[in-house]
Amino acid sequence: MDVLVQLLDATIRVSVPLLLACLAGLYSERSGVFDIGLEGKMLAGAFIGASAAAVSGSAWIGLLAAVGISVFFALVHGFASITHRGNQIVSGVAINFIAAGSTIILGQAWFRQGGRTPALSGDARFQAITLPGADAVKDVPVLGLLYSELISGHSILVYVAFLMVPFTWWVLFRTRFGLRLRAVGENPAAVDTAGISVTWLRYRAVICTGVLTGLAGAYLSVAQNAGFVKDMTAGKGFIALAALIFAKWKPVPAMFACLLFGFLDAASIRFQGMPWPVIGKVPVQLINALPFVLTVILLAGFIGKAIPPRAGGVPYVKER
Amino acid sequence: MSTPFAKLPAWADYGLIPVVNLLVAFAVAGLVVLLVGENPLRAAAILFDGAFGSGQNIAYTLFYATNFIFTGLAVAVAFHAGLFNIGGEGQAYISGLGVALVALSFDAFLPWWLTFPLAILGAAATGAAWAFIPAYLQAKRGSHIVITTIMFNFIAASAMVYLLVDVLKPAGSMAPETRTLLPGAQLPKLNWMLEALGMSVRSAPLNITFLLALALAFVVWALVWRTRLGYEIRTFGFSPKAARYAGIGETRIIIVTMMISGALAGMMALNPIMGDQHRMALDFVAGAGFVGIAVALMGRSHPAGIVPAAILFGMLYQGGAELAFEMPNISRDMIVIIQGLVILFAGALENMFRPTIQTIFASLSPRSVGLPAARGEGA
Repeated sequence: MDVLVQLLDATIRVSVPLLLACLAGLYSERSGVFDIGLEGKMLAGAFIGASAAAVSGSAWIGLLAAVGISVFFALVHGFASITHRGNQIVSGVAINFIAAGSTIILGQAWFRQGGRTPALSGDARFQAITLPGADAVKDVPVLGLLYSELISGHSILVYVAFLMVPFTWWVLFRTRFGLRLRAVGENPAAVDTAGISVTWLRYRAVICTGVLTGLAGAYLSVAQNAGFVKDMTAGKGFIALAALIFAKWKPVPAMFACLLFGFLDAASIRFQGMPWPVIGKVPVQLINALPFVLTVILLAGFIGKAIPPRAGGVPYVKER
Repeated sequence: MSTPFAKLPAWADYGLIPVVNLLVAFAVAGLVVLLVGENPLRAAAILFDGAFGSGQNIAYTLFYATNFIFTGLAVAVAFHAGLFNIGGEGQAYISGLGVALVALSFDAFLPWWLTFPLAILGAAATGAAWAFIPAYLQAKRGSHIVITTIMFNFIAASAMVYLLVDVLKPAGSMAPETRTLLPGAQLPKLNWMLEALGMSVRSAPLNITFLLALALAFVVWALVWRTRLGYEIRTFGFSPKAARYAGIGETRIIIVTMMISGALAGMMALNPIMGDQHRMALDFVAGAGFVGIAVALMGRSHPAGIVPAAILFGMLYQGGAELAFEMPNISRDMIVIIQGLVILFAGALENMFRPTIQTIFASLSPRSVGLPAARGEGA
């Protein structure tokens, strides 16, 4: 039981950056702007977030800075792919490289700790929150244990991430902005004909992406870990992208996809090198590759069919 | 495809605009150098000297350029068919397996000039096979090739870690790498070429793979612009609808193009494994597959542009290593930034300066942009 609770607890912790990045991608891609630069924006957010938190001593300032830099990169992506109708994939690749290189160069130049930022402690880091009554119900079997160990005791960003799921659902499917956002990803010409600016709508979508990737980055370096280490996103942006496809660009399935991929990650760390019943020892690399393999299989239409927003990846030309 | 831009003279289209984009990319990189408190001009001077200052340095520059010619050509061939092969990194990595298996099997009893062609085949076949799966899935199942090739990069990385750590590592060794190759799989160096020009080279890994890369650049040019297949690839890339109407098989073009692309990326593995380290180590590709994207964009997907672009990135790699000695604030990761900026300005923002340049051209000589003299206001 304890092992299971620990495993699920670890799953939640490693799922959060995936979930935030995945929801970030959801806004952009639903509006018809492909974004493979989630990784880069998250990395930049993690670095600037940890730097600002270390210098100012406040986790909140770190969070703001992280969101700021991620929104900046999101706007660069928007400038290239919306305003200048550039190739969205190329732009995303560029952002990933710029972020990967500059976080190392600036980190070394500013802090001289081999690309690390100074370790954060106290107010400079988001601390675990004990939910009301968590200690009181600790001894109640099952439910009490789950509440006190699994649900309570995370940093605020964890709760924000999971609240973003219903919020995103509400925005996308119950607001005017959401309706237009989905429309612009399917048929921008129709939206344009209705007198709504495709450009401004898509810019708002990439700004949402920037905000959420900033949160994801800040979570990595200011909440989950006490500081930035180089290349700390380690492909999470791409796993989030995989989860987004796996979830067929829908918020609630996105949460389950991220939890599934997070669980695989947590389990591969927990059970590293342990023999499994029946199949024997599974190489850890196989488990690491599983999200990518699953996504390929899904994309190929062997389990269900993932159909991307119809106007995704195509820059909108107003007049022909 | 209708472009929303008016025509420019060819020299401006293929010369001026890429140069302007490149200059902007380097100017922004200069800002980053300023930000870490160093002088960008001095950095550029050290970098250039580090890349071309001596025969030794030139040999290293060309050694790195070899990798980028392969991966750049790989990305470019796919571009011509309108496909974005972002999986060059994975294709090159997995092809190490093809090279290593050939080399490890034959190095004891064959001379290098027999092992080399076999290893070329091994590399090309492995790379092509790894590219075949995403190509097949794109052509037959409609899964987006960009996403699949990204996923295949990660799958390749996991597979290679597993193979190197658990399978190929000789017993009793700690490092995750194959045994050292015997002379039968060690490629001859090309340092005599530079020495013939009067330069001295102490020891540099530049090897015969460089000549293979140049030969392939020519082959790719001939393939794309001088054969029936190349014509079909370009037609498909320009307009898949027109290609279908002309009876060009979509499935065949996607699969064949991607396999050529994968084979080219795969041959990159020859250079570090048989030419330099004489063993296959973890992560020997070291990002060369991604540099290929920048090289192809900069070289405008033409071999005549790709070779100089690859040499430029070779210069950045080699000069960047020297720069890291001189300026402790600037490590080799500076190249990653420059690479990103080149991809951004030469790729995603390639049309940013076009309207301005067109306006300038139109005001200087309206006829050069294909406008009647009366309407001189540009596009």
